[in-house]
Amino acid sequence: MTDNSTIIKLTAAEIAGKIASGELTAVEVTEAHLARIDAVDEKVHAFLHIDREGALAQARAVDAKREAGEKLGPLAGVPLALKDIFTTKDMPTTVGSKILEGWVPPYDATLTQKLRAADVVILGKTNMDEFAMGSSTENSAYGPTGNPWDLTRIPGGSGGGSSAALASYEAPLAIGTDTGGSIRQPAAVTGTVGVKPTYGGVSRYGMVAFSSSLDQGGPCARTVLDAALLHEAIAGHDPLDSTSIDAPVPPVVEAARNGSVQGMRVGVVKQFRGEGYQAGVVQRFDESVELLKSLGATIVELDCPSFDLALSAYYLIAPSECSSNLARFDAMRYGLRVGDDGTKSAEDVTALTREAGFGDEVKRRIILGTYALSSGYYDAYYGSAQKVRTLITQDFEKAFEQVDVIVSPTTPTTAFPIGERADDPMAMYLADLCTIPTNLAGNSAMSLPCGLAPEDGLPVGLQIIAPAMKDDRLYKVGAAVEAAFVEKWGHPLLEEAPSL
Amino acid sequence: MTVTDLVSYEDALASYDPVMGLEVHVELGTKTKMFCGCSTELKQDANSQTCPVCLGLPGALPVVNEIGVESAIKIGLALNCEIAEWCRFARKNYFYPDMPKNFQTSQYDEPIAFDGYLDVQLEDGEIFRVQIERAHMEEDTGKSTHVGGATGRIHGASHSLLDYNRAGIPLIEIVTRPIEGAGARAPEVAKAYVAELRELIKALGVSDARMEMGQMRCDVNLSLRPHGREAFGTRSETKNVNSLRSVERAARFEIQRHAAVLSSGGTIVQETRHFHEEDGSTTAGRIKDNAEDYRYFPEPDLVPVAPSRDWVEELRKGLPELPRLRRARLKEEWGVTEHDMQSILNAGAVDLIVATTEAGAPSDQARKWWMGELARNANETGRGLDELPITPAQVARVAALVAAGDLNDKLARQVIEGVLAGEGDPDTVVEKRGLKVVSDEGALSTAVDEAIAGNAAIADKIRGGKVAAAGALVGAVMKATRGQADAARVRELILEKLGAEG
Repeated sequence: MTDNSTIIKLTAAEIAGKIASGELTAVEVTEAHLARIDAVDEKVHAFLHIDREGALAQARAVDAKREAGEKLGPLAGVPLALKDIFTTKDMPTTVGSKILEGWVPPYDATLTQKLRAADVVILGKTNMDEFAMGSSTENSAYGPTGNPWDLTRIPGGSGGGSSAALASYEAPLAIGTDTGGSIRQPAAVTGTVGVKPTYGGVSRYGMVAFSSSLDQGGPCARTVLDAALLHEAIAGHDPLDSTSIDAPVPPVVEAARNGSVQGMRVGVVKQFRGEGYQAGVVQRFDESVELLKSLGATIVELDCPSFDLALSAYYLIAPSECSSNLARFDAMRYGLRVGDDGTKSAEDVTALTREAGFGDEVKRRIILGTYALSSGYYDAYYGSAQKVRTLITQDFEKAFEQVDVIVSPTTPTTAFPIGERADDPMAMYLADLCTIPTNLAGNSAMSLPCGLAPEDGLPVGLQIIAPAMKDDRLYKVGAAVEAAFVEKWGHPLLEEAPSL
Repeated sequence: MTVTDLVSYEDALASYDPVMGLEVHVELGTKTKMFCGCSTELKQDANSQTCPVCLGLPGALPVVNEIGVESAIKIGLALNCEIAEWCRFARKNYFYPDMPKNFQTSQYDEPIAFDGYLDVQLEDGEIFRVQIERAHMEEDTGKSTHVGGATGRIHGASHSLLDYNRAGIPLIEIVTRPIEGAGARAPEVAKAYVAELRELIKALGVSDARMEMGQMRCDVNLSLRPHGREAFGTRSETKNVNSLRSVERAARFEIQRHAAVLSSGGTIVQETRHFHEEDGSTTAGRIKDNAEDYRYFPEPDLVPVAPSRDWVEELRKGLPELPRLRRARLKEEWGVTEHDMQSILNAGAVDLIVATTEAGAPSDQARKWWMGELARNANETGRGLDELPITPAQVARVAALVAAGDLNDKLARQVIEGVLAGEGDPDTVVEKRGLKVVSDEGALSTAVDEAIAGNAAIADKIRGGKVAAAGALVGAVMKATRGQADAARVRELILEKLGAEG
């Protein structure tokens, strides 16, 4: 008998092992996590919806399988927190927006189906910035999420619910989506691991779209190996998503089990430092580079001039696509409907519903995108942004001729206080300075903890960037770095977080 | 609504030169929709053929229907177009409740097919070449039914019903370049173009192209310019004209209306127009100023379409004989006039006649039945020839029975009537109705004897050499045999028995 406080600190790999060996039942594991959610989520507010019954039913099914002698998958019985952007037949899917309040989709996302097929136990749906637009989860229509390191600070965004669930031990695994950094930046500021797979690596079918050419679902966990196990479970070609890549999934689990940077060329990009970077973040990053060197990597300085334009290009492309993607929320078929009193026209009902149902940041981006796509402005805005995108892709291509991976800080600062940047969109957008180029180029990247900033004692994230479909390199390097740091610290970084 | 005073067609053409642009939407006959697996079958329960994709539910993504692309390429090739080596879909953004995503997935500046032409034949046999600008792929919208208003339009309606079964059905939009130089024949060219295009689409097997079912719809864009001027005038866009005759009438009406406005010193407003079948007029729809902005951008949810050259060449090799060339060949083979061929085409009888000859009937017999008795029946019952419950093989069988002397024309018509009434195939009808020609010489001989006995005076005249009088006796025999005798044989017998020379 293992007590709940021990169970919730186990890694996903350990949980799966103990369930497979009979040391723990899936029901025990699920109950332990549900109890933890009961105990702390009122403070953290990582979850928008908890599916107690569904989770326990799934856990019982896993236990029954084991009793029947069936072979269990590598994540069978492991609890998971699902970002509320993936459709689920048995749970509401709100995308953090009032406009979809209470909407229960009639279909499961491909990713949801894959999790179910892997016998993962879905505990519930996690909080997020509305339509994944934000870097703090403050833009959720359902209230902010606290960072378990300091509940008055943001847990990152848009996937702050998922990162907070991991950091508060409410779940050992979570799913995020990353359009400009929404998996990596929350991981960085909560001391957890998050991976944005190569664009097309994980199906987007059933993932509510924000910016179709940038959105990418991916794994969040507390260890590199756990992230790899989850990555493998959710990745792969999906005939329902034309942009999903029809090629074998990179060997991420194998890479995570064989961490090494010996003989690797690691790039450091000139453009990923300077003004706006917190001193403690730069310090921990520089130490990480030294660590990589000591582990046998060669460091190569890189110049990627177009990266300076990435943020501007992103804030044209993402709003443009979102203005079109979010047009479907018109009150005609599902979701919120405001003002339908029998006297108003369909247009008026649509306008009233969108006025009431969308938050300020969503409206800001819809307006921005509508403008950027307007005739007469298209070439100057959307067209130019696409050219920048090509330049960024070329900069990456050139860089990867010289190096195997690139490293950078994940985000320029540690977790900032809730409310600090809420009224300053430009300050908020800067949180994604280092993560956005990867989304624009479509390649893969990971954030993992590299220490606490001396000035505030908050986690700093190290970003590793690999070429498209070379996601395995992230895990090979990440596992080596993680092992070296844990050895240096004597424990995983998250151990240093205050108890809730 | 103000009634437009028109100038006469002749006066309009005396002052102005019409320029037309025709945009035709064709619903492809694919089994499934353009971007999802839903059935495209028509006339099903409202919203029974929908899924997360064609309802535009959050999270759903499109996947291109390969048969849709193949059909588009075939149409492009048949229209002598270039086929793009690489092209993308684009989003056309505008809000309308029958469009689930509030954007239409279409193509914008990268159409799958472009720069082609279609030669069409006018009624006097003249060939007119219509230049094709482009043919592109897109999806249809759902269907709105506005309830409670007087006009069936949204204005004044109390509410609207939405059926998304049609949403996502593949469409090909075929756009001509401005058609110049047709002069007074512009309406005729418009009609001939749409007719030829329809035949082409049907021959390619990519759509049934039934205009009355909305499977093919034409927008007629028209402007006038004074003779001698190069610049185009302001155009009107008459939307969704749904029959060949209407295409011609709409063009003609707009020529007269534009001329009336222009010659009285007015200006044409760039607007859409609604066509009215009842009187052939058009009325104003939406104003189309250039403020309309669809904010097109490449569809990020779909990968580019890049048809390999091998595939395109393979499709080119598989193209059927073009309808105009086929008609020319058949006209020659059947030995009919241009006018007759046009009538056969207009009646939708070409394929039926071909199928009937393939089932063994001589072409003149096949033509005679389809363009005669059957065309009459179709006309009376308001059906298309191909909707009649009789097959080319059955028509061929009737022709065979006539040729064998088992039926005469009158009986054959009764057989066809029986088949159309659902009494069975021709042989069954002959059997059930007892319609065989009386060829039993004994029975016929008796009937002739009786006729001679009953009409002694006429018989005498014939004996006296007035052979022409035999007709009356033939009629009497036919009456007695209820029409089932072979009239020629009856006449022979009468003359024989009365010792007269035929």
